[in-house]
This record gives sequence, structure tokens and C-alpha cells, in this order.
Amino acid sequence: MPLLKPRRKNPVLRTRQINLPPSARSRVALGLTAAAAMGRFELQQCVDCKSVVYPPREACPRCASSRLRWREQDGAGALLAGTTLHHSNDLFFRERLPWRLGLVKLDAGPTLMVHLHGAVVAPQDRVPARVHIAARLDRAGQAVLIALPEKDSPNMADDPMLREMSSDPKQRKVLVTDGMTPVGQALVREFARAGAELIWVGHAQPWKQHGSGLETIAGLPQVTLLPLDLTDGRSVQALAGEIGAKVDIVVNNAEVHRGFGISARRGTDVAKLEMEVNYFGALRLAQAFGPALAGRSADGAANACAWVNLLSIYALANFPPHGTYSASKAAAHSLAQCQRAELRGAGIRVVNVFPGPIDDEWNQNLPPPKLAPAALAAAVVKALRDGIEDVYPGDVAHEWFERWRDDPKVLEREIAAGGA
Amino acid sequence: MARRGYDGVALAVPVTVPYTRYSIRGAHWFLGQAVHELCVASGLRKEQFDGLTVSSFTLAPDTAVGVTQHLGLSPRWLDHIPTGGASGVMAVRRAARAVQAGDADIVACVAGDTNHVDSFRQMLGSFSQFARDATHPYGSGGPNAVFAFITDHTMRTSGATREDFGRLCMDQRHNALASGGTLFKRALTMDEYLAARPIATPLHLFDCVMPCAGAEAFLVMSAQRARDLGLPHVLLRGAIERHNAYADDPVMMRGGWRMDRDELYAMADAGPGDMDFVQTYDDYPVIVMVQFEDLGFCEKGEGPAFVRAHRFTWDGSLPNNTSGGQLSAGQAGAAGGFLGMTEAIRQLTGQAADHSVPGARLGLVSGYGMVTYDRCLCTGAVILGASQ
Amino acid sequence: MATSRKAAASEPMAAAQLLSLLAGALSSGRVRVVDLTQTLAPEFPQIALPPEMGQCWPFRIEEVSRYDERGPGWYWNNFSCGEHTGTHFDAPIHWISGKDLPHGSVDTIPAQHFIAPACVVDCSAQAAADPDYLLTVADLEAFEAVHGRIAAGSWLLMRTDWSKRWTQESDALAYQNFDDTGQHTPGPSSEAVRWLVEQRQVLGFGSEAIGTDAGQGAHLRPPYPCHTFMHGSGRYGLQCLTNLDQLPPTGSVLICPPLKIQRGSGSPLRVLALVA
Repeated sequence: MPLLKPRRKNPVLRTRQINLPPSARSRVALGLTAAAAMGRFELQQCVDCKSVVYPPREACPRCASSRLRWREQDGAGALLAGTTLHHSNDLFFRERLPWRLGLVKLDAGPTLMVHLHGAVVAPQDRVPARVHIAARLDRAGQAVLIALPEKDSPNMADDPMLREMSSDPKQRKVLVTDGMTPVGQALVREFARAGAELIWVGHAQPWKQHGSGLETIAGLPQVTLLPLDLTDGRSVQALAGEIGAKVDIVVNNAEVHRGFGISARRGTDVAKLEMEVNYFGALRLAQAFGPALAGRSADGAANACAWVNLLSIYALANFPPHGTYSASKAAAHSLAQCQRAELRGAGIRVVNVFPGPIDDEWNQNLPPPKLAPAALAAAVVKALRDGIEDVYPGDVAHEWFERWRDDPKVLEREIAAGGA
Repeated sequence: MARRGYDGVALAVPVTVPYTRYSIRGAHWFLGQAVHELCVASGLRKEQFDGLTVSSFTLAPDTAVGVTQHLGLSPRWLDHIPTGGASGVMAVRRAARAVQAGDADIVACVAGDTNHVDSFRQMLGSFSQFARDATHPYGSGGPNAVFAFITDHTMRTSGATREDFGRLCMDQRHNALASGGTLFKRALTMDEYLAARPIATPLHLFDCVMPCAGAEAFLVMSAQRARDLGLPHVLLRGAIERHNAYADDPVMMRGGWRMDRDELYAMADAGPGDMDFVQTYDDYPVIVMVQFEDLGFCEKGEGPAFVRAHRFTWDGSLPNNTSGGQLSAGQAGAAGGFLGMTEAIRQLTGQAADHSVPGARLGLVSGYGMVTYDRCLCTGAVILGASQ
Repeated sequence: MATSRKAAASEPMAAAQLLSLLAGALSSGRVRVVDLTQTLAPEFPQIALPPEMGQCWPFRIEEVSRYDERGPGWYWNNFSCGEHTGTHFDAPIHWISGKDLPHGSVDTIPAQHFIAPACVVDCSAQAAADPDYLLTVADLEAFEAVHGRIAAGSWLLMRTDWSKRWTQESDALAYQNFDDTGQHTPGPSSEAVRWLVEQRQVLGFGSEAIGTDAGQGAHLRPPYPCHTFMHGSGRYGLQCLTNLDQLPPTGSVLICPPLKIQRGSGSPLRVLALVA
């Protein structure tokens, strides 16, 4: 059923607060969460006998081997049984009854307990319904398995269960912190396309607007331009005071990007400017807007739900030609992890985006492939829709991440020798 | 190698500590009450219990060992059996071998749990690793969803209807009212059963047991010892247990009893048709039906027809859960695994008062427990026979 | 640089009387104090250079505590800014043409230079019509024709009412007045600056806009003539002034001491005018 535009809230009623679904997981089960954080459904597979196992465990139940490796699954399965909960001892589910669950036999072998999408038909007679299994992060930030119908149906994303597992911008209010760059403008267009109800767009030093492209999105019906300078605590606090209580998704794309390492530029003023926006700016924004989002994380169908940090793949491994920029993004990444932990209790999803070089003026001299602003924006919105929390958009980001995950020390050498 | 029989092993002194919905006492209190009642009913001193088994979910941080010091016992044989609904059967099997080997003379088998307002909820999150990782996050709040799946699947594949399950519940309620040990005050009608509010479809209110506080206990000793003490007793005729059976069944369709039932009946030199009553484990009515199939009372898939063809009241064609079972009395945690055992002992020693199965000589007690993921892992059964 | 001074009374007694008369006049209001300073606030814009260059810090301020858990009984802030943020003073050492002059930094300029008379030339009508208006020699000669010769050692303040473009943060656009060819704010022509230095030996040049040179000053010859010639001859600059419309064309006395920063090229400061 398509999502109806929510009615205006009665302002004198108490705002419902979040109760999280059960979040405890054993360490081995966190492998499911680590994969779901990047949008993948993975299960353990035994290296020796090839069995796919679930629930996650330390040894293969078929051959007792301890060599279990996480492998991506295609999710094809059959729904053996279904139920609708009308009672739960857990507050999260109690508040969202009735809630559908299913028992699925994955073609790959194991039996799974899953959340059922509303469009999944209950099994009839002896014939199990075919389903597609995916892994999503629930409001507690832990992976759960969900069953989707084999074929998409209209308004799939509007399913109440799926909306709890995602941060779909549809009918939500979004803040994009910097509309003065091509990336900011691309984000605004993409959010408008995704059905956001309202898009606040920040801009600093508006007297520099000429040639920035801000005017190309200023006229969109969802857009309101507002002054926002992340280097100025009062500016951030003032904006939070004005709109913070209404923002559902914060997208922090404000950044300063220069192409200097240590020796190419004397003095610390450039590095300080990068840190002032990329790190301290993110800190000011998080302090000012975090509490308001947290307070509205269970506020109806268009609740506050997500915080997007535009980082860089250089946050994982320093790119020496843009060395101080890389360091500022590494600082921002560490802070974003802190933010993710702090907002976890409120059920707010912190989405960290690690693009490779963007096709903009600061990467003019880098060879392709470079990421077009529109492609970055599309990846951000997709991540919000699919409930992904760590995004590596584009070829360079994807490859750097795989190399980093394989061996960060080897990557460090490759970059230093110009190999990457 | 053929299994050794249970010749000469007796069970005696069935004790039930009355169930209450909630209690401020700890599990140790209920276990202590049970041990005290064992002494009163048997005339023995607790020092004469030189073997002890303990089963409980709310004893933490203690296990059986803590109970020895807590209650002032010094057994030379001890077993902690934390397997819920299967703990009664498993306690009997272990105690029997200890007695046969002379490792213990008189084993007190005790099960009990308290129930605070948050006991059930607290237990759920840490029941098992697989529950914590793969079912608890889905909100079912316990085994309801798991057994809803099993019930849903069974209904579609075997043609069982809600009325079939209702019949089982109604007959058990009838037994409960006759025996006087029940939370309910009047008979359950089919209309009331069908109209009850849904819990996790297709399970409704009367398909689910109510958690409560209480305890059950009995003694295991040699038949000779029982005779010497002048204690009314039953003889252990056969016992089986199995864990994680049919692991490849994608949903529970077969229970582990199926793997070992032939051995059970061979040990007892009797068949299903010889049972004068059966105490099935009734956490949900679907499992009662599965036990009828997998303990050989009927073929797989014929459970519905079997249920429709019988009456399960204490005076019916196949008395089942003759004191009402957990569905009527409530589930006092691990004591739910002992409830059928103590009732069976009473039935076979003439202590069943107003609900005695006429001429009962042989009875089967079934155990089932420990939902760690998507089914109970433990199955077991004993056959008890009257001693005279 | 020679500083011309009116001859003081030769007796020390008379000078002391002058001071006490001044104090009394200030106290009674016969001599008014006009504040020519913009408030230092985060929203106030600062000079913007091409991104490849080092930038002037904007004014930023963060609370240390405000009668709270960070300091229960007191309120105070830490702030940061550039030497050339807000209403500020330019010293000769600020420009390459003045880099080697003696007493060229804010800590070495003789203190008596910080109190000096001012002439205010009204170009407000011209600047309203043309944001790129350049003050000419003709404008200065016309001024002298009415108000008399510009005295040596005076400040020359170019009144444009440009400061009225700024009252709040939303006015930054108007105050900075950028388009895609750069900044458009009024300032002095190259010839006017040379004339003020060589023909009148002024103390320095003051502006209401973001710089002493016009916004398009890079395209004059030489580029940035006010900085080049004023600082190159050991003179000073004041910018982001306000309330020049409250000053008489001549007769006011400016008090504008910058912070005593070691080897400083300038600093934000309080510019006050004593007006009879």
C-alpha cells in the first residue's frame, strides 16, 4: 500500500520515543551485520565441505571443520511457514503489531527466521512461496534477515517493515549542509527526485555565490536556502534552533579540499581550514543537530532516521598528494564512528560515504576514473533506501576498499609507490 | 550392543509445590519446598538423599552444586540437568543408572522455578546463542513464533485444523478441573477456544502455556529399597532420549522420539496400544499431536484423524495429560518437564484421587525441550509400570 | 616621515589645561565620541583571496563557559581572527612596498601616530551610482576648494556610505558585492593616492569597504595603488569603517591604536572619532 502523506502532528501530544529491537549478538553473528552494513547478504560457508550454515557459528555442523568463511548469498529461497505476531514482550515490536514473520528454507541449505515484507504471500496448501532473502540493519543497527517477494511490486519501499530497515527519503525532510558545490547541488536534485518533502540547503559566505551553481537548485519547490557556516558555532546552533526539530535526515557534504601534503605548502593554515570544516565542522553539526534527531527517531512514519557523512576513501588510507585533506577525512571518519555509537541508542543510522576522487575542480589533475557528482548523489540516496551504512561509491572507492580490507599495509606501500 | 534394561529401578514420592502466577521468592525457595515435601511424604531425612538432580531456569548464578550447600545436602552423585521440558525424562535415565550401579542409593530429582514479573522477558534474550542471534531479534518474544511456524506448516501438510487442537486443549482442561490443580475455573468450550485472541497466528491464547512459579520432584531408588521403605512406587520399564534429531528437516516435522521409539517399546516389552495413559509434553497442542505420531500411536500425517477418533479425558479412550498438563496448570519453568512424571507416578500408585485412570498399569511420559533456534532439541520418553 | 604638528603652548601649564579642558568637554558632551567601528561578529565578511592563496581568517568566537558546568561563576570566550578581519588597521609592513621601512609594524609605529586629525571626503552619491567609483584628484581639489587644504599628518577618509550596506548577515552579498568578474567596491584612483602621499603627506587612507583599494584594484596601475603607495611610503590604512556620515569634513580627531602584536602587519581595532 503506498505511503500516505502523514497528517500534521498534534503539537501538544508527547513525542513517542524509540525502543530498539533486541541488539545483543555473539561476535560470530556480527559477521552478518558487517556484510549488511555494506548492503550484502552473506552467510558462512564451510571451506571443506561447502555447506552453507545458519545461525552463525564457530564450527561446521556437517563436518566439524572450523574453516567457515563469509560468502555472499543470492537469497533465493522458499517460504515454508508464516505467522503474524499479535503479541510481543519486546517493546519495539509491541509498538508495531501486528508484525509478520516467516520461516524460509534457503536454496543454499539453511532454515532462516525472517521478517516478511507485506507483499510476500503466505504459503498456500503444501506449496511454499518463492521469496528473495536480503540482510538489512534493523533500528538497533544489527543485521536481520528479511523476505521480499521474488518480483518487485508497486510501492515496495513503503512497506512499514522495510521503512524501519531503511532511511528512505520519501516524504522526509532533509538538510544538505552545502549547496554551493556540484556535489551539493546533485544531492539536492537526487533528494527531490526521491520524494523528499522539504530540502533545506545550507550555504556559507553567500557573497561568493557567483559561479557556484547555487541558483540552479534554488528554485526547486522543495528547496529552502539557509545560511550555514560549519566554521561558526553560532551559525550552526542558530540553524539547529530554527529547523533542527524538523530535520529527518542530515547530509553533511560540506568540505574543504586542497591538494597538499606536508612539504608542498608551508604553514598550517590550509590544513587548519580543512580540519576546521571537515572535522570540527562535523563536530559542531553533530553536537547541534544530534539531540533533535535523536528525540524524533520514533516520531511517526516520517521520523528522523539518518545522518550522512561525506567522507573520502582517503580516510582509510592517506593519499599523500592530498595528504592533509586525507588526514582531515580520517579524523572525520573516526568522529563519525563515535557519532554512530552515540546515536545508536536513538536508532539513528549514521551513513558514512567514502568516495574516491570526485570529478570536480580540486581533482582536476587526477586521471580518471573519477566519480561524477550525480553518481555520488545517486549512491547516497540508494544507501539510504537500502539501509546501507558504509558506502564505497564508484570504481576507485570500491577497489581501494577491497585492497585496504585485504591488507592495509600493502595498500599503504602501493599508494606511496604510486601503485594505486 | 543392546542397551541394558532398567530392571529393579523404581520411582516414588511424587511431589508438587503448588503453582503461583508470580512469586517474590527465588528458585531456591521452590526447590527447598520440594525437598522438604519429599521428606515429609517419604518419611526420610534429607541426609538420606545421596543423589541429587536439579533442573531450573531461574537458579542463576547457582547450578546444582550451589543447591547442595544452600539446602544442606551432601550427595555423592550430582547432576545438573538444565533441559527444561526434557529434564524429567533425562533425570530419570541418569538417576536410574546411578542407582543400578550403586553410585547412589536414593536420588532426589527436583525441578522448580520462580516467576517474577520480568522473569520470562529476562530469560528470552539469553536463552541460547542461536536464540540471541537468530530468533530473539525478530520480536517473537519466546518460542511462540517458532511453534506458530510448526503449527502453520503442520496444518497445511497434514490437514490438521484449529478444532483438532481445540479438542486436545478442551480434554486437558477437563482433566485439570477433575484433578483440582488448575489456574482455570471452568471448562473450555470449542467456541471459547476458537474465539480467543490471536498470539502468533495460527496460535491463539489457549494454545499457549502461562509461565508461573512452582516445583515438582520425585525419588529414584531400587525397587527393593522402595519396598523396604514401604513406599508406593512404580517401575521403570524403558527410557529413551535424543538431541538434535532430524537436523536436516527444514522445519520440525519429525520429533526425535521417532528414531528411538522401537527401542523404548522393546525395553518395556509393550506397544503403544498397551499404554493406559500418556503424559505428552504440551507446550503447544501441535507438539502433542506430533508426539502421538512419532511415539507410534498413529502414522505420520494421521495425527488429525487420530485426534478426531479419540477422547483424551482421564476417562476417555486415550487419557492424555490426566491432570490437565501445562496448558491448564501453567508452566513452572523446568518443572514442566516433571509434571507428567509426577502425575504418571500418582496414576500408577493409586494417588490420582478423582481422576484415576481405571486399571492403569502402564503409562508413557514424554519429554520435549530447549528451543535454541527453530525447534526443541531434546526429546525423550519413559514407560512406567505399576509395581503391583 | 615628518609629522606636522600645531605648535603646542610653550608652557607645560597650558598643555595640562588643554587636557583637562578636553576631559571636561568629553564629559559634558561638548566633544562627542563617534564610534567608527563595525562590531566584530562571525557574520561580518572578510577579504577573500583566490583559493590558491592563504586566506584571512573570519572572526570566530566560542564560549569557554557561561555561568555553567564549564565555569559556574563566569562568562568568557575564546576568539580567533586574522590581523585584517573586521574594522582594522594596516601597517606599512603589510605590503611588499613597505617591508623594509623602519617602524613599519604595529608594535613599532610611534604611539603618537595613533591619534590624528581626519578629513572626510564625501563620495556617497558617486558610489551609490557606481560601486566601482574611484576617488580622483579632481575630487580632492574640489574638497579643498570648500574646506581648505588637507593638512599633512591627517587621515584621508573616503566616505561612500558603503557601511550602510551592512546591518545584518543577510547583507554580506551587498557589502561584498561580488559578481563573476570579482569584487566591486569603491576606492581611490592611483593618481589620487600619489597626490595624497606626495602633495599632502597624509598619515593614511581610510575606507568603509572591505579594503583601502577599490574592489577592482588589481586592474589599476600599479595594482592596488593605495597599498602600494601608502605603505611604500610608511603610511597606514583603515578599512570597514562606519558612521563616516556623522563626521564633519574636517576637524575630527581619530583615535585608532591597533593591538601591539609582535611584528604585526595590522589588527582589528576600535576606531573612535572625537567630534566637536
